[in-house]
Amino acid sequence: MITLEHYLTVAAMLFVIGIFGLFLNRKNVIILLMSIELMLLSVNINLVAFSSYMNDLVGQVFTLFVLTVAAAEAAIGLAILVSFFRIRGTIAVEDVNVMKG
Amino acid sequence: MGAAVFAFYLFALSTITGGLFTVLSRNPVHSVLWLILSFLSSAGLFILLGAEFVAMLMIIVYVGAVAVLFLFVVMMLDVDFASLKAEMAKYLPLGLLIVIVLLMELAMGLAVWVPSDGAKMVLGAPIPSDTHNTAALGLLIYDQYFLLFQLAGLILLVAMIGAIVLTLRHRKDVKRQDILTQIYRDPDEAISLIDLKPGQGL
Repeated sequence: MITLEHYLTVAAMLFVIGIFGLFLNRKNVIILLMSIELMLLSVNINLVAFSSYMNDLVGQVFTLFVLTVAAAEAAIGLAILVSFFRIRGTIAVEDVNVMKG
Repeated sequence: MGAAVFAFYLFALSTITGGLFTVLSRNPVHSVLWLILSFLSSAGLFILLGAEFVAMLMIIVYVGAVAVLFLFVVMMLDVDFASLKAEMAKYLPLGLLIVIVLLMELAMGLAVWVPSDGAKMVLGAPIPSDTHNTAALGLLIYDQYFLLFQLAGLILLVAMIGAIVLTLRHRKDVKRQDILTQIYRDPDEAISLIDLKPGQGL
């Protein structure tokens, strides 16, 4: 019998893997963005699992909005990355602070 | 062990494996492919939970759009990824420490967590038993959550315009079509008639 806790465990592990990725790939912005996507995915798993086991459809509606924001964030992040690469020729994170005002 | 239990463990395992190798992989292209595996198997988890619409959206939006966008950028940018990976071992102990602490915190939270007695009473929208998941979601989104739905569309529009503005560039060395000069071109000035006598050149 699969319970709600099983799904919550999967989501927690995925979230922690996402945070681990942030620490492990501190220089590579593309992998950082992928780690953020993993964390948003784990949040989505949580929302849908609660929605299913609590018999409430609103959780799935919120999942749609999280999905929308995640897609927009990925698009903007990659656009910034492309224009940054055109100017600097690298995507290392520590070079990004030349943009500070 | 039933088929649903087996499917859950299969999808859960491949979701977590995909996530782990997304983070650990040396080649960013492999990272994106592991990310796609993670998205696909979480879509399987959503189907097991009875959320078919979200599962299909997961495949269309994440695998079809976001992951392909990542793949596109990884392949388009000519980055020396080996130098970026060089300091990976430096942050490994700190990362592992924080991960273990966080995992223990989440496990403690999960161990003592119980839903309150009144939780079943305050449902926002109970899942109807006689309607499909997609139809029920549609009724909810286009009725109660219509404003939020429109705002989500606005967010996507802003993101689209922002991405275009950020990456658009005008190159001077490329010849472009100028439609206004084509429209304002006067046939009387463009053509001149010359009366040419026979046997004579210009």
